[in-house]
Amino acid sequence: MVHSALSGLDEIVARHAGREGPLLPILHDVQAEYGHVSEDAKRYIAGALNLSRADVHGVVSFYHDFREAPAARPVLKLCRAEACQARGVEALVADAEAAAQGRVTIEPVYCLGLCSVGPNAMVGSAVHARLDGPKLDALIKGLA
Amino acid sequence: MVTVRISDDALAIACGADEVAAAFAQAGHEVLRVSSWGMQWLEPLVEIDGMGFGPAAPGDVAAILDGSSPLGIGRIEAHPFIAKQQRLTFARAGKTRPTSLEDYAASDGWKGLAHAREIGGEATIEQVIASGLRGRGGAGFPTGIKWRTVAGAVADQKYIVCNADEGDSATFADRMLMEGDPYCLIEGMAIAGFAVGASKGYIYVRSEYPHAIAKLEEAIRVSAHLVAPFDVEVRVGAGAYVCGEETSLLNSLEGKRGEVRAKPPIPALVGLFGRPTIVNNVLSLAAIPYIMAQGAQAYADYGMGRSRGTMPIQLAGNIKHGGLYETAFGISLGELVNEIGGGTQSGRPVKAVQVGGPLGAYLHPEQFEIPFDYEAYAAVDALIGHGGITVFDDSADMAGMARFAMEFCAVESCGKCTPCRIGSIRGRELIDRILDRAPRGRDVVETLPQMHNAKTAPRSLEDEIVLLEDLCETMKFGSLCALGGFTPYPVMSALKHWPEDFGAVRTAEAAE
Repeated sequence: MVHSALSGLDEIVARHAGREGPLLPILHDVQAEYGHVSEDAKRYIAGALNLSRADVHGVVSFYHDFREAPAARPVLKLCRAEACQARGVEALVADAEAAAQGRVTIEPVYCLGLCSVGPNAMVGSAVHARLDGPKLDALIKGLA
Repeated sequence: MVTVRISDDALAIACGADEVAAAFAQAGHEVLRVSSWGMQWLEPLVEIDGMGFGPAAPGDVAAILDGSSPLGIGRIEAHPFIAKQQRLTFARAGKTRPTSLEDYAASDGWKGLAHAREIGGEATIEQVIASGLRGRGGAGFPTGIKWRTVAGAVADQKYIVCNADEGDSATFADRMLMEGDPYCLIEGMAIAGFAVGASKGYIYVRSEYPHAIAKLEEAIRVSAHLVAPFDVEVRVGAGAYVCGEETSLLNSLEGKRGEVRAKPPIPALVGLFGRPTIVNNVLSLAAIPYIMAQGAQAYADYGMGRSRGTMPIQLAGNIKHGGLYETAFGISLGELVNEIGGGTQSGRPVKAVQVGGPLGAYLHPEQFEIPFDYEAYAAVDALIGHGGITVFDDSADMAGMARFAMEFCAVESCGKCTPCRIGSIRGRELIDRILDRAPRGRDVVETLPQMHNAKTAPRSLEDEIVLLEDLCETMKFGSLCALGGFTPYPVMSALKHWPEDFGAVRTAEAAE
């Protein structure tokens, strides 16, 4: 990691100084800023918070939201929980994967809290409801 | 120029509310973004002079304005879905602008906090106990008793933690409350803080709810002077379902892996950073302002048995009229699904209804008379949980849903206890073997000469089903928390009511 990236980390850690239990807020900011939490970032944060590198690694690897490598492609989170299953999301998956063709990563998410208007998906912080084959296809192609 | 009211709830936005709002603004009208009424099948719902139109698209704007739109549903407040509800916690739904302090104060806001400050902490706790309020997160523990425990603990610092990690499928009441009436939650937390002597509150919101996080942060900033010296902070989860379990949530707040803690000690005595802590669900805390403003008896007058007050029930899945339905405890499941919900969206017969999220039992239409009540559900090996109801039509494969329950538990297990971590994986494999009609043969160890007591025949389908029941028993009683402990509910209920989906013969007992 180059020096400037470390100074960015410095700023993120400083932003949360004085908060109780600052590790998750810091990791969220690092994830948002760099798209992932790198090995160097883990070591730096561990040093700054007086934790072991293993402690930080344990937290990063526990939570689904934190990535240890950047996402190679745009990510679409498709809800696969019970309510969306009841509304037919599973029948859309094969065509969605085909439409994504390796240009978009389709990840499962378990519930977006829009359970009466599924199937639902989330891209970044934008939510999309009442998806059917054509709508999901258009959404995926718009990302690719 | 007319005034148009459109919700800015995440669900309305996902259905295109922003585009509809922009179209009205483009046409030169004033658009107020308000909270959602909860009639989700009608979103985006447009309200003009109390009259509703939905679901609206930008192309419908002209017809709505000139009165020729076929989307009209008449006066919203008179709509049977709204008129029949008893909205105490969601009294403001659809009526106020979510982050407007003016709207909140004008609709009885801050009255509960003022009353609590007037009567003092001890009397406040007595009111909460008298209301009969039980934890709305799922466990149903009496809220007031928890508060009294924290109030009685001696410590330099106490905490109020709001559990807003609403991960159960089919639940969205927490999200709607935080997005639609954030001051109500803040007021409830401030009352709790005042009552037990805690100066700091955390709201732990799941990261899948960015709209709720934004609304809360704005509301906390704007209302800080009103709840001071109490101070509230939002903390964002990181995609772990198990963090909805209170001790796992506390670990996550502390910046650790979201692993479950063994109880005792209970969080009320040794909670966040080892200090006495109230961990309450969003809906429990949001019920407090009403109880304090209107009196405990007014709240306790609703409900049945030991389930007092109202429950914001969430109708979801394959249902025609999905949305938020707050009503007193005691309503039957059949009325919720068929009369209020209008049956399935697909028009096919209802096959199963899951109540209480991924850890709740699947109920059969033959059980539709069961009243919505903590004890009545527990008596049939089911739970009301957070009040989410998922409807499935007859195309659902219940063995597949049982497999999903095990798989979900395996993905989301925190790994701390063995029945959950390993049991869920073995459960999924077992259901796979049952569905593939491929009972397991003898393995290497079983064929060793020393193992002369081992069965020589391969397992039959019946053996595998007995094994699944045995595994569920172990998970239910051996797991540390509700994730491993309740996963058997959906599995066993699916096996009991729909054995044919597993390829098993319906036994006399199951057919009862």
